[in-house]
Amino acid sequence: MNSAAPLPETAAPRAVARAAPLRTRLRARGLDGVTLLALPAVLFVLALFVYPFLYGLYLSFAPAKGGALANYARFFSQPFLYDTIATTLLLAVPVTIVNVAAAVPVALRVRLMRHQRLLTTVLVIPITLGTVLVAEGLLTYLGPRGWVNRLLLDFGLSDRPIRLLHNYWGVFLSLVISGFPFTFLLVLSYVTGIDPSLENAAAILGARARARFARILLPLLVPGLAITLALSFVQAFSVFPSAVLVGAPAGATRVIAIAAYQAAFEQYDYSMASAIAMLMAAVQLLIVVALLMLRGLVYRGPAATGKG
Amino acid sequence: MWRNAGFGERAWAFSVWLFTGFFLLNLFALIAAVVVDSFGTHWFATWLPAGFTTRWYAMVWNEFGLAPLLIVTAEVVAAVTVLAGLIGVPAAYAMARREFPGKRAALLLFLLPLLVPPFTYGIPLATVLYRAHLAGTIGGVILANLVPTVPFVILIMMPFIDQIDPRIEAAARVFGARTPRLFARILIPLFAPGILSALLLVLVRTIGMFELTFLTAGPSSQTLVVALYYAVFAAGVRPAQSIDAMAVVYMGTTLVWLLVTLRFVNPAQIVGRTGP
Repeated sequence: MNSAAPLPETAAPRAVARAAPLRTRLRARGLDGVTLLALPAVLFVLALFVYPFLYGLYLSFAPAKGGALANYARFFSQPFLYDTIATTLLLAVPVTIVNVAAAVPVALRVRLMRHQRLLTTVLVIPITLGTVLVAEGLLTYLGPRGWVNRLLLDFGLSDRPIRLLHNYWGVFLSLVISGFPFTFLLVLSYVTGIDPSLENAAAILGARARARFARILLPLLVPGLAITLALSFVQAFSVFPSAVLVGAPAGATRVIAIAAYQAAFEQYDYSMASAIAMLMAAVQLLIVVALLMLRGLVYRGPAATGKG
Repeated sequence: MWRNAGFGERAWAFSVWLFTGFFLLNLFALIAAVVVDSFGTHWFATWLPAGFTTRWYAMVWNEFGLAPLLIVTAEVVAAVTVLAGLIGVPAAYAMARREFPGKRAALLLFLLPLLVPPFTYGIPLATVLYRAHLAGTIGGVILANLVPTVPFVILIMMPFIDQIDPRIEAAARVFGARTPRLFARILIPLFAPGILSALLLVLVRTIGMFELTFLTAGPSSQTLVVALYYAVFAAGVRPAQSIDAMAVVYMGTTLVWLLVTLRFVNPAQIVGRTGP
């Protein structure tokens, strides 16, 4: 291969005279045959991630009929369309809060456990199986003939099967089942990154568990929690399969992803679909930026001093 | 020092475990319900089905066309895994070993497809693939699935490569090894454990990747998850037990590979973290 340079890598001089050949000067700046190995991946992501996004943005301003803003004007004038944002937020925000609020105490407890691996392994299962399988499981488990209703009826807790499917709660539960383990594993990785000697010091000085949490752990966790909240929210906000399968896709759980899907694959209006996808990205970006700004307000320096 | 905890603290600890137990119990019951139903003849107002049979599996094999479905899934997953490795590992090597202008931009570029949820970029991506007449083909499904997996391989491999002594490569260079030879004789063997775990994670994620495959697949390029989605979506067309049998087939495929993966990988890495 001619592109491989004649000198060994580590001998590359840091400062090179202007008169040196181009290859030597490039190498001094870190550009050589090895750097080029990153090129295929960069080009790939540019071609299949950045380009489609920009193309979608352009397409959203080029509707089949009407001016450049016709798609957005239509979206914000039809309740059928603009309501999807509120519907999705109404699902994603409570689910995110529930998942994070449940994950923090469990992660703080599991941190002290010896055999964490078993629990983390079990909790990885619903993440790996994915939302489609969780939805099918809920249909069998919570259905009118499922075990939950069997239990309620047989023990006289309810005189008729309760309806947890094909409404808001079906989607809510599916998002907790696949979202809680995800949130938990993220929080656990932040919690175990906090130096335990900090909490030990507080305990020696007489701080009770509640004070240790409020004064030591929580402030150190805030940066990680902001990222966890952002990631969990973004996932919940783009919910699709369970909103269709265990929700009410024409009513209470007509989320924004359903509107985008219908525009693209039922009306074949790719321009409108792109506009909805861009709005979806915009809402997600807005919430993430807001969370990260909040994090900036309370951030007090690096959270982890390494594992002790 | 946590031993002399007061009553309130112990009650709190107990309720945290109670919650965790309740969650796990429901999780297991949910999976068990699917498995039990898939083997049941009829299941009405009882705790267990009236009888047990394997005929739903025969039905899935014949009516859902399970064999072609499994072949397509295997083709997609194999191609995505190999290509993600071929594109991702060299890029991770360059990112870990070189400081170059624009490196931070490149890192951000690789981070974005992992942070943006697949459904958000899947719609524009599917549009572009339709324009290029690639959507609906296996090639399109493979390309779409590579979008999150190539960056995933890079971000998993970078810290792994970082902790390998660069002097080993320098020595090989001194002895005259060029880049291809360096890769074949020195780097691939050294990186093997990292590559293995990264590619197994890609494999498990691709089997379960619903959104991107769903948005780009045609009738002949569906994977197992997408076919399961359509089966559940059209519930009523087929007996519920046969859909559960299909779900069990999908679950089995995923869990076997998950078990293999967890032999080599920390569970936390499934969510994309490279460790605390």
